Amino acid sequence: MYDGVYSDKVIDHFTNPRNVGEIENPDGVGTVGNAKCGDIMRIYLDIDPETKVIRDCKFKTFGCGAAVASSSMATEMVKGKTIYEALEVTNKAVMEALDGLPQVKIHCSLLAEEAIHAALWDYAEKNNIKIEGLRKPKKDVHDEE
Amino acid sequence: MADKKTIYMDNASTTRVREEVLDAMLPFFREDYGNPDSIHAMGRPGRDAVKVARAHIADLIGAKPEEIYFTSGGSEADNWAIKSAVFGPHAKGKHVIVSSIEHHAIINMCEYLEKVGIEVTYLPVDKYGIVSPETVEAAIRPDTAIISVMTANNEIGTIEPIREIGAVARKHNVLFHTDAVQAYGQIDIDVTRDNIDLLSTSAHKLGGPKGIGFLYIRNGVKLDPLIHGGEQERGIRGGTTNVPGAVGFGKAAELAKVDMKERADKEIALRDRLINRVLTEIPYSSLNGHPTQRLPGNANLRFAFIEGESLLMSMNMAGICVSTGSACASGSLDPSHVLLAIGLKHEEAHGSLRFTVSAETTIEDVDYTVDTLKSVVERLRSMSPLYEDFIKEQKKKQEA
Repeated sequence: MYDGVYSDKVIDHFTNPRNVGEIENPDGVGTVGNAKCGDIMRIYLDIDPETKVIRDCKFKTFGCGAAVASSSMATEMVKGKTIYEALEVTNKAVMEALDGLPQVKIHCSLLAEEAIHAALWDYAEKNNIKIEGLRKPKKDVHDEE
Repeated sequence: MADKKTIYMDNASTTRVREEVLDAMLPFFREDYGNPDSIHAMGRPGRDAVKVARAHIADLIGAKPEEIYFTSGGSEADNWAIKSAVFGPHAKGKHVIVSSIEHHAIINMCEYLEKVGIEVTYLPVDKYGIVSPETVEAAIRPDTAIISVMTANNEIGTIEPIREIGAVARKHNVLFHTDAVQAYGQIDIDVTRDNIDLLSTSAHKLGGPKGIGFLYIRNGVKLDPLIHGGEQERGIRGGTTNVPGAVGFGKAAELAKVDMKERADKEIALRDRLINRVLTEIPYSSLNGHPTQRLPGNANLRFAFIEGESLLMSMNMAGICVSTGSACASGSLDPSHVLLAIGLKHEEAHGSLRFTVSAETTIEDVDYTVDTLKSVVERLRSMSPLYEDFIKEQKKKQEA
């Protein structure tokens, strides 16, 4: 993207991304996007089994500046929330927190939302629980290859 | 950030105007600003200067001055050549042959032509981006109007065998056009030796100003205008002559002829230093395009497991200007058609960067660029799920 197009927040989260990395034996993990479009996001969740609070959240992203910043922001936003509250972290919320994204990069924030949903879905399936309002993630890296 | 030096590694996008070029242009803005088509005294200086410029421009490719037709740039010249071959009183046929790695000025125009009933054959290229003359010959039909293959590719720098392709075209009596926007003034071109009928260029790729180019039209080739208007350019390209532009272009061509060899040697040394350092010092990196059959200043490299826009952004933050074939930088979802045409997978194409040096680039610039790249690539890989998967698989293999 052109120099000057991204907000300072996006640049900050791209330059100093929060929560980059992996969680060993995560309670939930989700990977979305595909290499064809140039964006792949993976989100790891560490969840308190009693309170259902997301204690830790890490990400890895292959993608553009907006994709990295969106995943970084999304991980910050879901940390400390319960798995039910985490659904409030929508693409719109991520975008607003980043002070906006260029039109052609809105899909990056959508991908961040989907990555969180995919990780939550993974957790829900593993633990045989139902999270109200959570649908099976439609975008999966393996579906589209 | 403000005091950080800018290292410009994007000379295929545009170049800095050479000092002598600017000096040559300036008098034609405020002093000798007359219209060269005016009969009175004010028309004279511009007319004379454009004549000299045209001669220098023609000389660089062994053409005659009257075969040079000024345009607004390379895209107009490309449009003119192809559209005039398929439309209008001098149309030669309804079929066009182009390579699949042409500039968007050709590719997007051809997609438009297909919508209005013209048939287009897009020739495949090999893994280096080379079009084979045999493939060209096999694609020729009785109604083929024109063959257009670029002299050198703008993204990967591959130099095409245009002399042989031109010979094939001539043998079958089909017009041969070449987009020489990246090659003109950088490598040796001779319109007679290379069997060229039509050739497009742009001044700003060789230290000239933006907004001017030309179409070379071989004597004897009849072409209708694309821009109808006055009697400028022997009556087939309307519009008041861009005198400062033409004069600047002429000076750039004159200088380019004098120092082409010297510049090329210098650029090749810088380019190869950059390529060799990257390939030896950065794991899982590769060169796109041909190792030797490439433009002197072009290095196009790809880095596995990472994406081009984030690479470009990180380089930009360090003051280094490069460009990428990744879609993410352009707003579309598909990566460069050139990188896909040479057989790269989408993720490989997304992770490619183009560095184009000039004679003004220094060894220190190259070294700083490579050093920065090393840390940027490492950082982005540490964030990449593709790299994570790759490393885990390597480990599994080792354990097995």
